[in-house]
Amino acid sequence: MSDTINAALFGWYPYFCLTIFLLGSLIRFDREQYTWKTGSSQLLRRRQLRWGSNLFHVGILVIFAGHFVGMLTPIWVFDALGVSHSFKQGLAITAGGIAGVACFIGIALLAHRRLFDPRIRNTSAPGDIAILLLLWLQLTLGLSTIFVSLGHMDGHEMVKFMNWAQGILTLQPAAAAYVADVNPIFKAHLLLGMTIFLVFPFTRLVHVWSAPVWYLGRPGYQVVRTRFAARRSPAPVPVRSSEPVRRPAAAPSHQPAE
Amino acid sequence: MKIRAQIAMVLNLDKCIGCHTCSVTCKNVWTNREGVEYAWFNNVETKPGIGYPKEWENQQKWNGGWHRKKNGKIEPKMGAKWRILANIFANPDLPEIDDYYEPFTFDYQHLHTAKESKAFPTARPRSAITGERMEKIEWGPNWEEILGGEFEKRSKDVNFEGVQKDIYGQFENTFMMYLPRLCEHCLNPACAAVCPSGAIYKREEDGIVLIDQDKCRGWRMCVSGCPYKKIYYNWSSGKSEKCIFCFPRIEAGQPTVCSETCVGRIRYLGVILYDADRIEAAASTPQEKDLYQAQLDVFLDPNDPAVIAQARADGIPDNWLEAANVSPIWKMAMEWKIAFPLHPEYRTLPMVWYVPPLSPIQSAAAAGKMGLDGDMPDVRSLRIPLQYLANLLTAGNEEPVALALERMLAMRSYMRAKTIDGRLDESIAARVGLTGSAIDEMYKVMAIANYEDRFVIPTSHREWSEDAQDLRGSCGFSFGNGCSGGSTETNLFGTKQTKRPTNPMEIA
Repeated sequence: MSDTINAALFGWYPYFCLTIFLLGSLIRFDREQYTWKTGSSQLLRRRQLRWGSNLFHVGILVIFAGHFVGMLTPIWVFDALGVSHSFKQGLAITAGGIAGVACFIGIALLAHRRLFDPRIRNTSAPGDIAILLLLWLQLTLGLSTIFVSLGHMDGHEMVKFMNWAQGILTLQPAAAAYVADVNPIFKAHLLLGMTIFLVFPFTRLVHVWSAPVWYLGRPGYQVVRTRFAARRSPAPVPVRSSEPVRRPAAAPSHQPAE
Repeated sequence: MKIRAQIAMVLNLDKCIGCHTCSVTCKNVWTNREGVEYAWFNNVETKPGIGYPKEWENQQKWNGGWHRKKNGKIEPKMGAKWRILANIFANPDLPEIDDYYEPFTFDYQHLHTAKESKAFPTARPRSAITGERMEKIEWGPNWEEILGGEFEKRSKDVNFEGVQKDIYGQFENTFMMYLPRLCEHCLNPACAAVCPSGAIYKREEDGIVLIDQDKCRGWRMCVSGCPYKKIYYNWSSGKSEKCIFCFPRIEAGQPTVCSETCVGRIRYLGVILYDADRIEAAASTPQEKDLYQAQLDVFLDPNDPAVIAQARADGIPDNWLEAANVSPIWKMAMEWKIAFPLHPEYRTLPMVWYVPPLSPIQSAAAAGKMGLDGDMPDVRSLRIPLQYLANLLTAGNEEPVALALERMLAMRSYMRAKTIDGRLDESIAARVGLTGSAIDEMYKVMAIANYEDRFVIPTSHREWSEDAQDLRGSCGFSFGNGCSGGSTETNLFGTKQTKRPTNPMEIA
């Protein structure tokens, strides 16, 4: 592959994708909240979802966390902690492999359900099917890289990807050179990965942004919206934990003319 | 004390004729859209029966409502917050659409387009979800209409607990009643508690529980959390929807659509003042049978000067306090004690209450074994078992329901004496702890049930929450961004494409 194409795909394409990913998510959140949803189809068909959805989500969360920590932690941190590259490579293959297989089974169940259950198929948007197949393909590519990685357990290939990812995120497009000569499977995996970021804001994947972890920190259980917020000053403090007083989403604009 | 006001509803089941007008008018106004064809914000069930969705009252199965822990605190029956989040990828307590029914339409077009044939063309059912032909309709929102189906299946109704139910399967002993159901707009809503997004909220000013459609992400926990199964997941929009108590009408001082159109005049709307600081303690009452009384204790007397002073301090407008004074809900729930919450044992403190129905005297009683209390029949000899009604309305506590039925019988006796015999018999009223004038008032509100006696709804003060100047030229509710209606030709973010109404005068 010529250097120009390599620089375009791994030096500039990432920025294109990340820009669309961030701006697109922001604009959709701002403009189209009504479309911001998980798109669950459990109501229509429970079958295959319990296993499929749990395996898929847990698997992909583990994989995501692994990629995030593995790729973006600066190399000197691993060195300082005394984690060798070969150990890290082994851990990545083992943990990633297990999570990947779990996720693969889950996504296969979900895809089967989505494509062959008439209720789900007929109520799916084209985007729902496309993103599912895209994730499935990406997962398959990711799992196939394991066989390549088994050929170099010392971790030197992995360091290339770490350098590339960290280079890109620190605004150095020249980092594309790190991945110029890696196995084509890796390249395909990287490209498709970036493409998933690209299409992210236009699919149901946006629900990832809304993972409701804040629920755990919500004081008490009830939500009460007051219309008279403007009359109360200062901001109402939830005296008792069960009754937090929430400000309305759209803040009441004016105090009554008195 | 923190006083809030709520527009509450009472349904007089004694007068419900099961005509489904409420359901149909509600449907036509709110849920005649794709994704909620199966949803009935209001539906009328025939009891005894397992209802819609199937066995909604069986919380062993659906885990709705609240659970009181050993330490006296309550938490959703579905589990603590971390349990709810742990189930977020696949909610084990979510009904499938077949538990409601697969919505369908009929292939009417076939009647127009069928070719000449030996057999008469018919309009066969088609699924509103898949568009495919359905060979058999299996269930619906009123499937057990007037005791349809076998007793074997209907008798799974959990309200039979503690009742020797077998005899009620026999034709001679059978009984039935109608139960119109809608969102209870609870004081302690379990749906809001289990919503991970915090999209469900109770409005402080009128107690209406709503789902913020923009904040809802479709985690579908509320569907399970609500023990009345009155939250519906819209499979098309991916958001949950529920009865909105027709809030645009309520704000304007008009009754809800179901109430307005009720031909039997069974529905009442009025203001109830309550103490928000007592909600948690009331919902945590140790004994389930005490929950009814606990909820009564949350309500505040609108005639008490201390209450009025505090209510004013808490920002309740004067027109609301005036309406609370003549609230039919207060009269029925608090003064006459003839209205009861539906399943108080769910600990949600529901705010749609029911007057239990009277029923004919059992045939056994009529054959000489009838228990008579003076000239009134013993309410325990009525055809609908008292225990059944108590299981429905007071967590199994028979006494309050018996008193309510006695008072309704007394009303009949008293009015019969007054209008037929021409005598005012205070002793009838005294026997059930009322006065003649109270019974006259009861008769006016419950039997005559004039429009202005049934619906005492103060208008809301929208001007306090928004500036009308800001609203100039805005376009009200739409499914898109403001006025756009989401109807652009291409939309990257997947907004629903809606068919534009075409103007026949427009030249393409």
